[in-house]
Amino acid sequence: MGYQFAAVLAFAAVAVLLPFGLLAGFKAIRPSFPSADKSLIYECGEKPIGRAWFNFNPRFYLVALVFVIFEVDLALTFPVAVVYKDWVAAGPQFAWVAFTELLLFILILVVGLVWVWAHGDLEWVKKLAMVDDAPDADDERPASRAA
Amino acid sequence: MTTIEIHQKLQEAFGDAVGPLGEPKVDAFAVVKGDRIVEICAWLKKAPGIEIDFLQDLTAVDWPKRNVIEVVYHLFSFPHRHGIVLKVETDRANPVVHTVEGVWKAANWLEREVYDLFGVTFTGHPDLRRVMLPDDWVGHPLRKDYQEAGGFHGIPNLRENPLVELRRLDLVRIAEHLKANPPPPPPPPAPPPAAAPAAGTPPAPSTPPAAPQA
Amino acid sequence: MSHRDTMDAEMGGDVVFAHTSQLDKIINLARANSLHYLLFGLACCGIELMQFGGPRADADRFGAVFRATPRQADFMIVAGTLTYKMAERLKLLYDQMAEPKYVISMGSCANCGGLFQLAYSVCKGVDKVVPVDVYVPGCPPRPEALTEGLLRLQDLIMRERWKDKRRPPAPRAASGQA
Repeated sequence: MGYQFAAVLAFAAVAVLLPFGLLAGFKAIRPSFPSADKSLIYECGEKPIGRAWFNFNPRFYLVALVFVIFEVDLALTFPVAVVYKDWVAAGPQFAWVAFTELLLFILILVVGLVWVWAHGDLEWVKKLAMVDDAPDADDERPASRAA
Repeated sequence: MTTIEIHQKLQEAFGDAVGPLGEPKVDAFAVVKGDRIVEICAWLKKAPGIEIDFLQDLTAVDWPKRNVIEVVYHLFSFPHRHGIVLKVETDRANPVVHTVEGVWKAANWLEREVYDLFGVTFTGHPDLRRVMLPDDWVGHPLRKDYQEAGGFHGIPNLRENPLVELRRLDLVRIAEHLKANPPPPPPPPAPPPAAAPAAGTPPAPSTPPAAPQA
Repeated sequence: MSHRDTMDAEMGGDVVFAHTSQLDKIINLARANSLHYLLFGLACCGIELMQFGGPRADADRFGAVFRATPRQADFMIVAGTLTYKMAERLKLLYDQMAEPKYVISMGSCANCGGLFQLAYSVCKGVDKVVPVDVYVPGCPPRPEALTEGLLRLQDLIMRERWKDKRRPPAPRAASGQA
């Protein structure tokens, strides 16, 4: 029975040693002559203009945040759902307790959802605000103005 | 409508500004005064029955002996399937023509090409700069008196004949190889055999071994 | 000197063989049989380059697969006429390749300017900009000729010593002395 763990250990050892071993081995063999031109960003031979870092739209962050919050909500609801039948079978007051707890938990998070919804943060497609002046020259695209 | 008829209508409309129709070798052309070219082109585009809506090509010819650079306009009409060629003669020392980009948008890049290769300035052009050659190229290559600058950004523009070059490189390589592995000195000539020479056969010539084959 | 001196080993000439150790042999075997080339089809030779990678004169059977980025390429096949404008980009792309790197110059335009040698904008040969290992003549060379070039490059690689490759490459003399 202990031998299964030995197999796992062997797997883990190979999984760790093989990549690192290969990388180390090839690092010893390969030539490496970094230079300024070599480290330039690949732009099909042209010298790159401007920076590669620019401001992302915060919409991505907001949607990801809302997702994570409700994902945690779900993760905490699953155990309750697993034992819910036992609580219901144990008696009416236990059933009501379980139900109310769960409902309260979900309602608290729904309040957050309502706030986010009302603020318009769940809208992905935003309308362009009509601007009379020319868009300024920095990295922001016009669509991000309305965000 | 044939080219001759178009030319007749053109002469009726503009009189002196339009020259006679040149010999129709391939495309019959008419030399036109440079200062009226925009009006003429606009008229050709709108005139009922002519309606030339397509500028097929805009190019130039350098005549150093006549001291002109001719700008050539190849015009065509899709609705009527007829065309004509116009030429504008510009002074070679300072070639300037007004742009026809307002009439046909295609002239935008075609005029940039003529500027790039001949140096003809098109007044009124929204974006007159080199289109094919690198931006910092010096000179206008298609002029007859263009001299190459001897390279570009440090890359020389002369090359030896490859046959000569490769032979030279081979000789260099052989010399290096010989320096690295010098051939052994030739042994001293062997004394002629003292034994009785074989009857009739001449003694073997005692020459040093042949030049090293390396 | 006989003409044998100027020919390659394969054709009966003499080439100095550096002693390659077993490690060299393994490394060279791996390198020579998985040469990924940077696509650099500039003109008509590019069509033959495509056929070189095509089914009939298959390059993939030698392990040579095309890459579009210099970061993943082992060598570069310059196929076609090189103009001065392009030569600067070529130099940058060559610099961006990782060592060990090689260059095959394909076709007469890449070898010496070729048909367009008298043009004002044509660079008279790729070797004015990057060091070339194999020249493949032709206008355009047949895919089989380019395959021969690839095999010559493989022979070149098999004769290397990995210690030599770890020294930084000698700075090139001012380009195109010829």
